[in-house]
Amino acid sequence: MSQNLLGTARCIFQRDLILAARKPADVATPLAFFVIVSSLFPLGVGPEPDVLSRLAPGVLWVAALLATMLSLGRLFAGDHADGTLEQMTLSPHPLTPLVFAKVAAHWVTSGLLLVVLSPLLAMQLNLPAHAMGTLAVTLLLGTPVLSLLGSVGAALTLGVRGGGVLLSLLVLPLYTPVLIFGAGAVTASASGLDTKAYFSLLGAFLLLALGFAPWATAAALRISLD
Amino acid sequence: MLQVVDLTCSRGDRALFEKLSFSVQPGELLYVQGANGSGKTTLLRTLCGLSQPADGEVRWQGTPISQLADDYRSQLCYIGHANGIQGDLSAAENLRFGTCVGGADSHVDIAAALERVGLTKAARLPAKFLSQGQKRRLALARLLVATKPLWILDEPLTALDVHFGAIMNERLTAHVAAGGLVVITSHQELAVTGQISKIRLDS
Repeated sequence: MSQNLLGTARCIFQRDLILAARKPADVATPLAFFVIVSSLFPLGVGPEPDVLSRLAPGVLWVAALLATMLSLGRLFAGDHADGTLEQMTLSPHPLTPLVFAKVAAHWVTSGLLLVVLSPLLAMQLNLPAHAMGTLAVTLLLGTPVLSLLGSVGAALTLGVRGGGVLLSLLVLPLYTPVLIFGAGAVTASASGLDTKAYFSLLGAFLLLALGFAPWATAAALRISLD
Repeated sequence: MLQVVDLTCSRGDRALFEKLSFSVQPGELLYVQGANGSGKTTLLRTLCGLSQPADGEVRWQGTPISQLADDYRSQLCYIGHANGIQGDLSAAENLRFGTCVGGADSHVDIAAALERVGLTKAARLPAKFLSQGQKRRLALARLLVATKPLWILDEPLTALDVHFGAIMNERLTAHVAAGGLVVITSHQELAVTGQISKIRLDS
């Protein structure tokens, strides 16, 4: 029996997880960046608890966003260099779900770990305890969007010299709505306001990105390989 | 049958070849020859559908490959300059992944395929420790496990030693004899018997 689409997608997902486990430095670098940037703020703005808790949602979200961007480079670069991407493009299965499997593996090894780390860093920034849940949920909804949108940029800048800078110019404007509503939800929650609308919007972004980004990434990859 | 009609390919402003037409029948090997930079790799990538031609089209069983898309790719095995091998995975893992992406049988005998290319001892070794020739053999092992009629091979014999060069020639002969199609470039002499046609790109 021929390998079906789901089997192939799972194969790609597992392979990327195995690779991440064998190259822990690649996974650890964005995480370390996330920790260091959010730890620098208390040192820079001073230790007043009120100021820190006001800054916390924005700082954590911006740091998570930049950390995700830092990890985008490795999404396709390695597979492009060794020819794996060519083989994926020539697979009898449609490229879009295969790309989705890669992005999913990328999120598990970047965004998901940021979500796990975030409460610890939130404590350091004196974020009120009741807002920590909101922070985790917004990151859980928001970081997949960052990975998905980032994959489009990573595919477009594949093999381009100085691609890293171009990637941030392409992707950062697209990240702004996620940042605004992600950090907004945490701020609202910290001041005891309702966050349902923010969650709905972030969920809508996620659905939109899930539908559109893998397809756009697959198209961009075909162009980059031409 | 693979058919090429009035194919024109260019790199930048320079036309590599213009109005190229040929066809490859089942049981035939097409040996693409030409100097460095004459467009052999571009031709092969265009045949796969990786690169888009400036003009003309490639047809499989009479239908343009751009329309067939996935149906065409399921008939095709392409081994390019890049081996598609990830250094941090073992040889066996690389081959398993390669066949999985190629859509081959899910219960393929990886160990047997590795034995046939002489990589049994290296099966569990990270692929980055393999030599160039061993990596090439690992890439070519995909041909053994995937039962695809059309092989498009870009310099498959580079870095292979005499022994495995001969084995590769035998495999090509067997594939052609079984009714397969091969499009190949090679700077080494091919020792394939069977129906062979040649095309020169720089003449």
